[in-house]
Amino acid sequence: MNGAQDMGGQMGFGPVAPEKNEPLFHAPWEKRALALTLAAGAMGRWNIDESRHARESLHPADYLSSSYYEIWIKALETLLLRHGFVTAEELSAGEARVPAAAPPRVLSAEMTPGVLARGGPTNRTKAGEPRFKPGDAVRCIVINPRGHTRLPRYARGKTGVIEAVHGAHVFPDSNAHGSGEAPDWLYTVAFEARELWGRDADPASVVSIDAWENYLEPA
Amino acid sequence: MKALETILVAKGLVDPAALEVIIDTYETKIGPRNGARVVARAWADPAFEARLRADATAAIAEMGYTGRQGEHMMAVFNDEATHNLVVCTLCSCYPWSVLGLPPVWYKSAPYRSRAVIDPRGVLAEFGVTLPASRTVRIWDSTAEMRYLVVPMRPAGTEGWSEELLADLVTRDSMIGAGLPLEPGAMP
Repeated sequence: MNGAQDMGGQMGFGPVAPEKNEPLFHAPWEKRALALTLAAGAMGRWNIDESRHARESLHPADYLSSSYYEIWIKALETLLLRHGFVTAEELSAGEARVPAAAPPRVLSAEMTPGVLARGGPTNRTKAGEPRFKPGDAVRCIVINPRGHTRLPRYARGKTGVIEAVHGAHVFPDSNAHGSGEAPDWLYTVAFEARELWGRDADPASVVSIDAWENYLEPA
Repeated sequence: MKALETILVAKGLVDPAALEVIIDTYETKIGPRNGARVVARAWADPAFEARLRADATAAIAEMGYTGRQGEHMMAVFNDEATHNLVVCTLCSCYPWSVLGLPPVWYKSAPYRSRAVIDPRGVLAEFGVTLPASRTVRIWDSTAEMRYLVVPMRPAGTEGWSEELLADLVTRDSMIGAGLPLEPGAMP
């Protein structure tokens, strides 16, 4: 979706402000936000693509004025509501009032190191061969889906070169919406900056994205 | 936040002990020191460097660094011709297994919006100025591939141990937003 999250090339946000000796967390609640987001995700009722879509579905004004952990928590509430784990009444009252839906699992302390160390690999087997190989010229299709996509606006319709083939991976545009993993070939596609940004682009800069075959056509 | 945690714990959906393990993992076990050790080994051991170039996920796993947000790793090497810079314009994808949790600036709108269109301007805000002829290569992490920048080894470090070399490798240098420390700048 063309939400506030798709930031590449937007202007007006000002300079980057790296913080000297930045702490890992800026307030105690940020630790809780991280841990709750991971533990709730580990229940197994939604996947990372649905999580990302919940975050980017925030109203743009809300997204842009929230810190990243605030975005995470707002999206977590959406996901918990959607899947029947909490009610809006409970969230406003701040206390549990009705039984929750039964999650596929509850992350225990014992399970946690193994779960974090395994992560969630997205590579999958897929029959057949990828359509493109390194060196092939490709064009990104032009799409403006209402749902989740990982094809940034700045790359749509642009021509680049396949640099690497990464095998088949879960396709977020499908997986985010409960429509299955639909594994698809994943590539690194490199673009000259001038192709993306026009005549004022840095002449010695190259941008790559990782793009599924679904997003690409021969150029 | 406290209220949300209270609700989820009361409903038996999250185990408070698991929350503590998660926090402890990222506070004490997983951070940019992991990545610095990977870079230092690549500098010191040509056979490891070759494995890191060929299959970064496997080479990094040799050192015990695996898991969440590092499932599919690529190491990208700076040289005289190319400087690499990593961003996630769409969210905050970052190689947790080797760098830990991302800094606020990495997740911020100024960085995410400008790294792809004005990379030299962004680098200047980190105090990094590159020769005009050097290509800046920006890696937008739009899928589950995660990128670790291997900066160029500073001159004057011949014969250094991996442990000493790792002290030169800053977090920002492994994102591409900085350069490694010079030997004389060691803290």
